[in-house]
Amino acid sequence: MKQVKTISMVLAAMFLMASCKNEKSESIAMKSASDIAVKGTIEAELTAPPYVPAPVGNRSAKKLLVNMEILEKEGTMTDGVEYVYWTFGGSVPGSFIRTRVGDEVEFTLSNHPDNRLPHNIDLHAVTGPGGGATSSFVAPGHEKTFSFKTLNPGLYVYHCATAPVGMHIANGMYGLILVEPEGGLPKVDKEYYIMQGDFYTKGENGEPGLQAFDMRKAVDEDADYVVFNGSVGALTGDNAITANVGETVRLFVGNGGPNLTSSFHVIGEIFDNVHVEGGSVINKDVQTTSIPAGGAAIVDFKVDVPGTFILVDHAIFRAFNKGALGMLKVKGEESKKIYSGVKQEGIYNPEGGTIQEMPNGKEDKAVASKQEKSLAQKIADGKQIYTKTCFACHQANGEGIPNAFPPLAKSDYLNADVKRAIDIILHGKTGEITVNGQKYNSVMTKQALNDQEVADVLTYVYNSWGNNKTNVSVNTVMEVKSTH
Amino acid sequence: MKTILRLTICIFFLGISNMNCQSKMVPIKGGSYIPLYGRDSARVTIQDFLMDVYPVTNEDFLQFVKENPKWRKSKVIKLFADKSYLINWKNDTEIGEKVNLKSPVTNVSWFAAKCYCEKQGKRLPTVDEWEYVGMANQKLSDARTLKTYNEYILGWYEKPRTFNNVIGSTFKNYWGVYDMHGLVWEWTSDFNSVLVSGESRKDVDNDSNLFCGSAAVGSTDLMNYAAFMRYATRGSLKAKYTMRNLGFRCVKDKNIAQ
Repeated sequence: MKQVKTISMVLAAMFLMASCKNEKSESIAMKSASDIAVKGTIEAELTAPPYVPAPVGNRSAKKLLVNMEILEKEGTMTDGVEYVYWTFGGSVPGSFIRTRVGDEVEFTLSNHPDNRLPHNIDLHAVTGPGGGATSSFVAPGHEKTFSFKTLNPGLYVYHCATAPVGMHIANGMYGLILVEPEGGLPKVDKEYYIMQGDFYTKGENGEPGLQAFDMRKAVDEDADYVVFNGSVGALTGDNAITANVGETVRLFVGNGGPNLTSSFHVIGEIFDNVHVEGGSVINKDVQTTSIPAGGAAIVDFKVDVPGTFILVDHAIFRAFNKGALGMLKVKGEESKKIYSGVKQEGIYNPEGGTIQEMPNGKEDKAVASKQEKSLAQKIADGKQIYTKTCFACHQANGEGIPNAFPPLAKSDYLNADVKRAIDIILHGKTGEITVNGQKYNSVMTKQALNDQEVADVLTYVYNSWGNNKTNVSVNTVMEVKSTH
Repeated sequence: MKTILRLTICIFFLGISNMNCQSKMVPIKGGSYIPLYGRDSARVTIQDFLMDVYPVTNEDFLQFVKENPKWRKSKVIKLFADKSYLINWKNDTEIGEKVNLKSPVTNVSWFAAKCYCEKQGKRLPTVDEWEYVGMANQKLSDARTLKTYNEYILGWYEKPRTFNNVIGSTFKNYWGVYDMHGLVWEWTSDFNSVLVSGESRKDVDNDSNLFCGSAAVGSTDLMNYAAFMRYATRGSLKAKYTMRNLGFRCVKDKNIAQ
């Protein structure tokens, strides 16, 4: 019994000593950060997404003046859908703030006179009550100033914390503040600012007009839109972020929430380094990183091959149905060693077909068969494909379905342009078209057919139901393919 | 239509007499109710009182500064009004072409509003009185639980620059009072008794008997959202502040003869 007591006492003592030690070293780090002297004053450069201010490099700690204006303004959520955003600096997410450890940030928050509501700011980089919220509560037409010292390096979220907090965040009141370590983060070629948020509207996703915030849905966490940088398409097409082959790209990724956790992933890339949760732990070779609501991550990777890399929340319906999709366009030389593209196509027929292809690394034999099939053969084969693939929408005799699927029989749209028809089969088609004077607005998905099959099925369609009898060759199909 | 008619008659009379047409008041029958916030969120009792049908307009206030020079833009004491006092007015005695005479006066401080009401033998409403009248929709004295009532208010938060609209442009409520919601915020005599600190999330502390801005909203009780905004706004004010979206109206105790 005595022994047990002694042992437990020794253990307890050891444990206490160990924990003291830990606390000591931690508080030394904090203390030293708070003791860093500031030299001089500079105005902080603030940027709207997807851009970030210049790196701090090896500058000394300074007094950093940050002036941020709150604007309540109408913006576009997606084509035809407007939304009243509440913003820090006029953008969603708000302006990016870039600091270094030991900076003394003098923060002035101005609430535009035309705004209707009071606001404030809670910066997760602040050590102090409310993260600054108490000191920055400001009525429209007024401003508030407070100061804080950055003690911990990392990537931090800031957001509005005025009642009703959830609503202010749901309307877009969040952004990122970066605190770089002494000497700055390692240099990279490209840096971008991306922040995910979920939005809740009275109307369902895509319902046009000015959409009001829907409290009920927000409480139920039933998001209509999940987007990067405040709106659908904020990072796609002309708004895509860019890089060149061989460059290193760093993304400062945040998640404003209010509710959803992001499973951040870049299709076709692996993150070489991830600052987990925006902190100091670096994880390597990561496919998808989890970013909690009110959290962030720094990811960097080298782009080795050209192409369009899709940024998604890998909770995948959010990406393809609610808007959480962005693009990174990479230009430069291909590297076949790293990525080949399609090497060959063959028929896979587990039932024992006539054509068996073994991968042999040589030229694809199926391509451009020297002998074009006879017209009759193509029509016969094409008819089979048609019944398998097209018949459901375009109907047995190409009559289509009124107001849904356009006809193929005597179709002016079809007969006008063979290459366009090939292109639609290869790549699909969305949006409004006019066929025989009728407007159609639906979706045709791209079809999984090889070149010969495309040629066959189109030849059959062109040679049926009063169409112009075009004989579509495999070469034409390949030609259309290669222009993409 | 009626409103327009009434206004025209008013304007007509205004030419003849110096009578102030917006001073028309309606009786509010007292009662008790549980406000969103209170010193202990208990029932409050409201005595009978009279309330202005409309918020005070630019025209009314222009008359007031003409008669009371110390409240003119250039004369006002800085302790009693901040820099944006009447900022959209052209000068001391002209409001300028961009400003509508029939729009509610805004960018006035609590001191100025209080003085205006007192000069008329009236006073500013208390938060509890204002909220009591504000609970009404067109048909009911307490419509707070109705979806349409809350949607109207929340919808207003998304309409920009309603301060440019004229008085009477929103609905006439159960009491016959216009523009409680949908035009501008309004001053109350004890606005600063609402202890919404800048950090609403800590207002749950027992040292301030308030609901927390985020936690009080049970998922069944979305009505509070519309009201939270008003309380948060009151909490962000100081008496000398003036705001583009903030006007006022006056009330009077029932027992004082008009």
